[in-house]
Amino acid sequence: MSEISSAESELIGGATRQFLRRRAFWNRFAAYWLLAAALVSVLVTVGIVYVLVTESLPFFNQVSLVDFLTDTQWTPMFENARYGVMTLVSATLTVAGIALAVAIPAGLALAIYLSEYARPAVRESVKPLLELLEGVPTVVYGFFALLFVTPLLQTFIPGLAGFNMLAPGLVMGIMILPYTASVSEDAMRAVPMGLREAGYALGYSRFRVATRVVIPAALSGITAAFILGMSRAVGETMVVAIAAGQNPNFTFNPTEGAATITAYIVQMAMGDLPHGSLAYQSVFAAGFVLFLITLTFNLIGFFLRRRFREAY
Amino acid sequence: MQPNLRPITRETTDVSSAPGDSNADLHRHQESVPLPHGNRADVRKLSFWYGKTQALKEVNLPVVDRKVTALIGPSGCGKSTLLRCFNRMHDLYPGNRYDGEIRLYPEDENLVAIDPGLVRLRIGMVFQKPNPFPKSIYANVAAGLEVRGIKKRSVLDERVERALRHAALWDEVKDRLNGSAYGLSGGQQQRLCIARALAPEPEMILFDEPTSALDPLATAKIEDLVQQLAGEVTILIVTHNMQQASRISDFTAFMLMGEMVEYGNTDQVFTAPEDPRTDQYITGRFG
Ligand SMILES: Nc1ncnc2c1ncn2[C@@H]1O[C@H](COP(=O)(O)OP(=O)(O)OP(=O)(O)O)[C@@H](O)[C@H]1O
Ligand SMILES: [Mg+2]
Repeated sequence: MSEISSAESELIGGATRQFLRRRAFWNRFAAYWLLAAALVSVLVTVGIVYVLVTESLPFFNQVSLVDFLTDTQWTPMFENARYGVMTLVSATLTVAGIALAVAIPAGLALAIYLSEYARPAVRESVKPLLELLEGVPTVVYGFFALLFVTPLLQTFIPGLAGFNMLAPGLVMGIMILPYTASVSEDAMRAVPMGLREAGYALGYSRFRVATRVVIPAALSGITAAFILGMSRAVGETMVVAIAAGQNPNFTFNPTEGAATITAYIVQMAMGDLPHGSLAYQSVFAAGFVLFLITLTFNLIGFFLRRRFREAY
Repeated sequence: MQPNLRPITRETTDVSSAPGDSNADLHRHQESVPLPHGNRADVRKLSFWYGKTQALKEVNLPVVDRKVTALIGPSGCGKSTLLRCFNRMHDLYPGNRYDGEIRLYPEDENLVAIDPGLVRLRIGMVFQKPNPFPKSIYANVAAGLEVRGIKKRSVLDERVERALRHAALWDEVKDRLNGSAYGLSGGQQQRLCIARALAPEPEMILFDEPTSALDPLATAKIEDLVQQLAGEVTILIVTHNMQQASRISDFTAFMLMGEMVEYGNTDQVFTAPEDPRTDQYITGRFG
């Protein structure tokens, strides 16, 4: 034994051993550093959930969960305050639904065009343009909806209110379009060329290859793109706060104005609510519902994405 | 000597006596039309460029109807390039250019000059790597039928079964036709791709090293299959494996650096090649 170890120590010279020791130190240092960074982000997330839960718990001591989920009035500022969160949820889902009705067909068409039709030069110039669109501040989209799209729509739809869900929905669809199109396009381009060639070899046209081969093969990735887009639409604040109005209104009618969860939160946050009051706590309860909705969409998107990655 | 060498004197292409009687009528529609010199296609002075690099130089090659023609040659000599001219796969990528002709009979059209979609409706292909669609086994085989306007369920069922039987896969998959094609082994996937190519009953099928990704047992099955198909459909096959070429082909073409060096009956090419370079290649002295 001792013979071997002495042979070893001869083999590994002093300088080499020092190098190995130093490398081991830096390896360990990097690992700890990365672990710390990961822990911080986990801690922040846990902290947010903790605050949401603890701040909304007292709220549910005064408002029953049944009322919270079934009442169709949201009137925290009234004498006889009522807290039916579905009032806010209805507007949130209506606007997000309109946004998706725009983003899904247009995003798919754009993704098909970029992935299957566009020459590489065109694709390389359109993609940065999409990223540019993603960088436009949402407040700009909000004023665009309020001051341009709504007046424009009012010339076709006479009954359209000044604050309505239709205009912000449409604008939000355009807003999430670059994201959904570019993620879908990534999924479609990840489809192996061999699959496309198999389609063409059977006599398929370009369009048939896109719709019968590429989209089915990239379907879970495309679905994930739209679910993540949906969760973005649900969480979006500025556009709806500006263009859909601040009036809680249980309705799925897009020509009416209605406050979404996010619009309510930002409205309350800007006013000066007494700390600990029921209205103050209702912000956290509404925030918790919003968190659950986006979490659900993100989880679905996450699992679909994982399945899509395993496909080939 | 090749013990497995098969004489190519199998002159009669009596389809009705072909093995697997359910397939006997597979190419009956082609029998009525006489083909000049018995060729399904004729490559004449075909050159091909990937952008600026020339990959084929004035290649000539007859493709005899309902026989197996093997393309052999060292890596990079242009076998796949020539094969993919036949179904115009090169048209999918920008910058590629053909010059010359591939006459397709009986219409006597130049297939590198007509609409690629029409060419692909007549000439099927099986690729090097099995590439089934991420769909059911049934949907894979039916994929080429729907595009040709066959939509009736009963007709589809019949054609799918016939193609799967033809590809010697029916017994292995008949109980799971709606299962995913990705649940099959590599060899089964390749036979599924053969069934997919066979289902539309093409005049010619191109094979690009169809067994290079498979184990010996799966390879033997595909080789048997190719031999059975000959006599019913014209086959052009690229192979790296000299034994395979000598076992399954009737005619062999040897290529070198984008040029056609020698073409002839398989047994003649392998036993008494005319060009010394062919001799060097098949005896393993280069390539
Ligand atoms: N997409 C392409 N762009 C440019 N050159 C190419 C392309 N594909 C092939 N080539 C070139 O064309 C020549 C012929 O290639 P090809 O794939 O036809 O060879 P091969 O005989 O099939 O070889 P292997 O036996 O390795 O498959 C090679 O020199 C290759 O580098
Ligand atoms: Mg090749």
